[in-house]
This record gives sequence, C-alpha cells and structure tokens, in this order.
Amino acid sequence: MKRLAVILLPYSWLVALFLVPFVIVVKISLSDTELAIPPYTPTLDFSQGWEGLKSFFAALDFENFVFLSTDDLYWKAYLSSLKIALISTFAALLVAYPLAYGMARAPVEWRPTLMMLVILPFWSSFLIRVYSWKAILANEGLLNQFLLWIGVIDSPLTILNTPTAVYIGIVYTYLPFMVLPLYSALEKLDGSLLEAAEDLGCTRFQAFWLVTFPLSRNGIIAGCFLVFIPVMGEFVIPALLGGSQTLMIGKVLWEEFFSNRDWPVASAVAVILLALLVVPIVLFQRNEEKQREAEG
Amino acid sequence: MRKISWFNATSLTLGFAFLYMPMVILVIYSFNESKLVTVWAGFSTKWYGELFRNEAFLDAAWVTLRVAIVSSTLATILGTAAAYVLVRGGKFFGKTLFSGMIYAPLVMPDVILGLSLLLLFISVGLDRGLLTIILAHTTFSMCYVAVVVSSRLVSFDRSLEEAALDLGCTAWDAFRSVTLPIIAPAVISGWLLGFTLSLDDLVIASFTSGPSSTTLPIKIFSAVRLGVSPEINALSSILIGLVTIGVISFSITTKRAAVRRIREENAT
Amino acid sequence: MAQTKPMPHADVFEPWKDPKAEPLIRFRNVTKRFGDFTAIDDLTIDIYEREFFALLGPSGCGKTTIMRMLAGFETPTEGVIELGGRDIANVPPNLRPVNMMFQSYALFPHLSVYDNIAFGLKRSDMPKSEIAGRVEEMLRLTRLEKFAKRKPHMISGGQRQRVALARSLAKAPKLLLLDEPLGALDKKLREETQFELMDIQETTGTTFVIVTHDQEEAMTVASRVAVMDHGKIKQVDTPANIYEAPNSVYVADFIGDVNLIRGTAENLGGGSYRIDVGEDSRAIDVSECDAEIATGTPVTFAIRPEKILVTKEPPEDRANALEGTIIDIGYLGNLSTYHVELPGGQMVKAAMTNSSRISRRAFTWEDKVWLSFRASAGVVLTE
Repeated sequence: MKRLAVILLPYSWLVALFLVPFVIVVKISLSDTELAIPPYTPTLDFSQGWEGLKSFFAALDFENFVFLSTDDLYWKAYLSSLKIALISTFAALLVAYPLAYGMARAPVEWRPTLMMLVILPFWSSFLIRVYSWKAILANEGLLNQFLLWIGVIDSPLTILNTPTAVYIGIVYTYLPFMVLPLYSALEKLDGSLLEAAEDLGCTRFQAFWLVTFPLSRNGIIAGCFLVFIPVMGEFVIPALLGGSQTLMIGKVLWEEFFSNRDWPVASAVAVILLALLVVPIVLFQRNEEKQREAEG
Repeated sequence: MRKISWFNATSLTLGFAFLYMPMVILVIYSFNESKLVTVWAGFSTKWYGELFRNEAFLDAAWVTLRVAIVSSTLATILGTAAAYVLVRGGKFFGKTLFSGMIYAPLVMPDVILGLSLLLLFISVGLDRGLLTIILAHTTFSMCYVAVVVSSRLVSFDRSLEEAALDLGCTAWDAFRSVTLPIIAPAVISGWLLGFTLSLDDLVIASFTSGPSSTTLPIKIFSAVRLGVSPEINALSSILIGLVTIGVISFSITTKRAAVRRIREENAT
Repeated sequence: MAQTKPMPHADVFEPWKDPKAEPLIRFRNVTKRFGDFTAIDDLTIDIYEREFFALLGPSGCGKTTIMRMLAGFETPTEGVIELGGRDIANVPPNLRPVNMMFQSYALFPHLSVYDNIAFGLKRSDMPKSEIAGRVEEMLRLTRLEKFAKRKPHMISGGQRQRVALARSLAKAPKLLLLDEPLGALDKKLREETQFELMDIQETTGTTFVIVTHDQEEAMTVASRVAVMDHGKIKQVDTPANIYEAPNSVYVADFIGDVNLIRGTAENLGGGSYRIDVGEDSRAIDVSECDAEIATGTPVTFAIRPEKILVTKEPPEDRANALEGTIIDIGYLGNLSTYHVELPGGQMVKAAMTNSSRISRRAFTWEDKVWLSFRASAGVVLTE
C-alpha cells in the first residue's frame, strides 16, 4: 500500500500537470478562434454528458493546421528555427570540444575546480547571461569599440539584432550543456589507449582522430541533443538579440499567443513543434539508456 | 605525469574567457556613472541605490523568492519520490510512460510547457497567480530533482538498505535512517537546482502568472527588451554575486564533508 | 622452482657471456627524475637480441619507468639509451621499432579484434594487400581466428590478453615490451599463458622485455632476470643463479623463502668459511663460496628452507647440525614447512617433501629435532 502511494504521488502529479496539458493543447489546436475568453470554441462541457462530448468532437477540425500550412510565415519560422538550431549546435560543439578536451587532460587536482567553473554560469540567470551580450554586440558596444581600436574594421559592424547575435547567444548560454557530456566522455578515456595508438605508429593527431574522437562519440551525441532540442523552441535569445530579422518558432508562438491572442493557432504551432521534436527526444533517450546499460 | 600542453592551456583559457567575459563586463559596467552603458564615465554605485528604491523590482523579487522556495521544496519531495520509484520501484504498469514524463520536461522547449500549463489552468478554471506559477515550477523542477537524485541512488549500495531491514527497520525507517542521509547531498543539490531554475524562469512564468504576480525575470525582460539599462546591470550583478557565493560555499562544504568522510573511513 | 631449461651444452643461448656479442639495447648511466623523485638511478644494462628479459621488483621500484623509456613515453633525465647501436632519445614512440603490450591491454573498445590487430599495420608502410594476411597470421598464432569480428568487451579476459599480444606483435617489432602481461589473469590461466608466451617468443624470435612483480612468473619465462629496488638494479642473472646464488640479502629475501642468520665470518681459505652465530649456537661451516671475505666481517648466512633436513637424531654425514624445537608446522600438500626455534631464539624454516601418501607424522609440536645441511647449501652475504 505504501509503495503504491509513493508511486502514485509523483505519477499522478506528472499526469495532471504534464500529460493532461498536452492533451488540452492538442484539443485546442483543433478548435476555432473566438474573441471571448477563453478565446476558442467549443469548450468541453461535462454536464451535458454524451451529447456534449459528441457535439464537442463534431466541432473539431484541422482548420488551424491548414492555416499554418498555407501561411508562409510558419513554414519559414520552422525552417529558420531548424537552421539556427543546427548551425548553433555545430558551433557549440566546435567551441566546447577543445574546452572539454583541455579539462579532461588537465591535472586531476584541477578538474573539480574546472568543472565548477563550467557549471557556475549555468546556475546564474539565463536571462542575464543573454542580456549581457546586448552591451557587447551593440553598434557602439564593446566588441565594435575593441575591433575599431585594434584597427580590424573601419566602421562598426552590425551584429546585434541579426542572426549572428542569436548564434553567439545560443553558443554562449548552451555551452555548459555541450561541455559536460563531452568532458565526462573524454575524462573516462583511458590514457593508455592513446599511448597504445602512438606505440603502434600513430602521430598525436592520428591518435586523436582514430581513438579519442570515436570514443567521445556518445558525449558528442548527448551534447548535440541537449543543445539542439531546447534551441528549436528558444524564445528569449531571439527576442533579446535577434531583433525583427530573426524568425524562430518559439518567438512566433509567443506572439500568436500574447499579441494576436489566437490560442488555437498558438496551440497548433506548439503541436507541430512538438511533433518535430519527438524524434530527437526519443533518440536522445535511447542514447542515454544505451549508455546507462553499457556502464551498468 | 605529462604536464598540461600548450594547446590545452590555450583552449582552457579561451574557453573560460568566453564563458566569463560577458558577465565580468556586466558587473564592471554596473558601477558606471553614465546612463549610457557602453561609455565608461567613472565609478559610481548610484544604480544600486536606484534599484533599491524601485518598489516594483522589490515586489517582483519577493514574489520570485516565495515561488522559488515553495516550488523547489515541493519539487524536492515529489522528485525524490519519483527517483525512488524509478530506481527502486521495480516494474509497474506505465513505467515507461513515467520515466518518459520525467525526462521529457528536461529538454522540452519552455514555450510548449508554459502554453500547455496555462491552457490547463484555464480549462479547470484556476485563476492565474502565485499558485499557478508554483504548480508550474514544481512540475519541471521535480524532473530535475528526480534525475539528480536517481543518479545518486543508482550508485548506492543496495545491501545497506537490506541490512537495515534485516536489523528490524520498516521500509520507511530504512529509507529515513539509511537511504536519506546517504542521498542527502543529491537531494540538497536537487533543491538548489529547483530553486535557481525557478528564480531564472521567464517563459513559463510569463504564461502562468497573473497581473498581481509578476516575477523578477518578467520584470527584467520587459525592462531590457528594448535596450540596456544600468539599473538592470546592478540587479544582474547582485544576482551573479549571490549565485557565485552560494555555489562556491556549497561546493566547499560538500568537499569538506567528503574529505571528512574519507578521513573517517581511513581512520577506522 | 623447477628449471625446465636444458643443461648447458655447446650452443647454449648465453650472449651475455660472449664479449663479442653486440647488445640490442644498451642503457648507459641512465637516470630519470620526476621532480624530486628519482625513479631510475644511474642504470647501466645490456639486453641482447632474442632474449626474454624480466624486470622484477616491488611496485615503485622503477621497472615500469624503464619500460616506458624504451617505448618512448618518457625520456631519460641523464644518460643514453641505445637500440641497435643508435641513440633513441629523439625518436618519438610512433617511429620506434618497439611495441608494447599494456598492463590494461589498452584495446580500442570501438574496434573489432581484427581491426585492433590491424591498427598498427595500417599506420606502417605495409601494402594494403599484405595487411589481411599478416592479421590472419597473428590470429592463428594466438588462436583467435573465431573472434576476429568481436569487439573487445565481447571476449574473455584471457582472449583479450591474446589480442593485446597479437596487436603488439603484428608489426614484427625488434623489441616487445610486456607490462605485467598476465597480472589480470587468474592463477591457472596465468600458468598456461606463461608457457604460451615462451612458445611465441621462440617462434617469432623477438626480443621480449617483461615487467612483473611476480617472481614465479619472472623465473619461469625469462632467460635473465633483473631484480630491482628503488631505481637500482640489484642483480642481473639467470633465474637459477638469482635463486641459488643471490648477491645480496635483498635479492635472497625477495626471491622465494629464505632463512637469514647473522654472524661473523672466519676465513679458512679456499672458499671455506666458519660463521660464528653467537654463544648459544654452534658455528656454521660453509664451503664453495665465491666471495673473498676477511675474517671478522659481519655477514648474513642465507639458506633456503628446502636445503635443510629435519631429523629426530643428529645426522652423521652433514657438515652442519643444529638442535632446536618445533614451534609451528604448516601442511601445504606437496610439502610441509617446520618453524624451528634455535636455543638463541633464532627461528629457522625448513621444508620437507611429503613423499609418501600415508605415513604417521614424524614430528609434532614441541619436539626436539635436528636441522642439518651441507656446507655448500647456503651462501654468505656481506651486504
């Protein structure tokens, strides 16, 4: 009995506040827009019993999805989110790999401190970390001041409110998510494998490419998923750094909801985004499980 | 025995410079006299003074703090139970669904979580306010707590619990007197994680808060959306400072505890 | 420690006794320091082609450092290491004709057994067409044909050990280094594998240098053994000489069981000595001693337990006989060991073969017995 209670408490909480809300989102995405509050019909009225249920289902349709597919904006937003997520995931990998490698090769007594230095920014506010780039990337900002001062450029670059600023912001804020799985994969790597590779005739670089890199594959996969999936729905970074030029689906959803107050369309946008993310999320969980099994 | 190589030293330096430079600049410029954030006009603490006179910010901070404390505490209880069920629960109906519901919120975009929770609160007729934010934050924080605690539970020697049962404990006694003290560091980090996530959250709070319950991130977001403000720099510096002190002192205490434990183990 | 090596005859393999032989490896006054710690202290040693050379010592004695210097992972702080007459200080590990079998085996977990063995060959200038043949040959040599496609985690510990050996032998190195190659195997498998290693060494004709802390292993496989302590080599000799003629208390004590009795030497001339071991006990007579020791020098007399005979009555035909009391008896199956206390309090261990299956125990606790041994049974050590 007690066991049942321990299971039921978190289980029912998650069903009520995670699973049911999704069902509701799907339902509303199939409803019509109304100007009243809540701004959609039909609403499910349980007091009418079977008849109510029937009329409820009869009124559902795919109108919102049809609307999404005909309007260019949404297509472009999804594609642009995908592009931004792919490029920034790759960029984060390029930045994170040398850092994680350096950490894993650092003297053992340094490593906990280096770990803490990577995690520390993660504990401080995401919003503030994104915001901190505004002053750096602005036209009269510090990066331009610096570049003008060393003479690389003659006139300030426009970085803020462009996709470039979004890439920088994403790489910066999501870097710990990439570094940590890479680090844990690289740290586990047995140093004698690299010595064996050298002993068998590899140069240092060949040893890296033939041994270190393939053996850090699980870390690379985990890190890429951890960055790619949330970035697809990212709102704060494009809102603060991307300006009006950057189209991302998270921002579109936000605007549909708060500015246009079109809840059914916002829900439909969310349903499609979720459908797009189901595949990477499932793949990510598979990868995690496989790793857990391999270690256990 | 190899010393740190030139390449590794460079990548560590550049990597950490990238991670810390923006925040260092932010803190430095919070002491700037000028209202223009990009021009240095001399040292001043006036923005901190203005910040503490701004009642809207103070109210929002108070709301945020209450939400964070209540939701992370609830999340710790639920998350620890969830971790226990995941690791020790054996097989039960819908376990795959359960573990899916634990892991999915970790990677789910905030906009989807926020939207779905809001639509739930509206369909059950719950007015948006402090309670709805707490419910929302508890939901995603408990998943983080569950992951942190379950990773500790996995590496935990089960025979310790069995020994407690063998010595006459009930299952609950065994959990309270053996399991809990051992997983306590993970439970505490789970609470801290939930607390900071709640402090930090903008998107979900935006969806689930009402007019009377504006949190600090919502306030900051609306202030910085259009530009940079020195007052926000001051506020950010305070938050960064608090987090730094918190994380460092926490890691020092846990490290001390670990060192003490190793010493005690060696002594016996 | 049974010696299966053939009796000396004309073409016996003993290049170290031939002044004209050119050593394959030559360490000349090599010192290696890590910060303040001296791992190798002024080491000079020659290792010859086709030798099976064992470095034996407790952990931290510097034997692994010697091996890592040969492989190229460490460079000497002072001194010169020559391979085939050439200083190899500046040759990186990937260009040395030396391969190593790692203690952890260091098999690449993402590659199959086949690809692990082929790994080094693909880095060499061997034509692609010949690689497959060479890998097959190594698989046959190590009896791994059936496992070529498996990943390292899908085979047993003994098989992994053979993959590691095949991989390091594939490039036909001039010198193969083996770092505790059998350490991870259980006792039975280890004994079998020792003989396999000797076979493979003989078939391939490669020079093997093995690092081990297991004296039995070193004695079994090696043509010569170097006993090390604190970065210095104490003695280099054949297993039989290391055992029967140790040159120091350290070596005598490190290899096998030994009784160490302190005393003062009296030189009787012609390699014979009388050792005075104190007032309570008779002096010990020693003959056939190589060292020249002045009368009055404090010495240690070392004698192996199996060289001592235990009897009820004083024997007549032995040079030395000491009376004592049995304190402890250990039954080991093939032999029994007796701990006998001499009147002066000195404990002496004696081992007797249990040659008949059913026999009444000859001795029991507290029995007065005689310990006897020949004058040539022990050695006199000054160190």
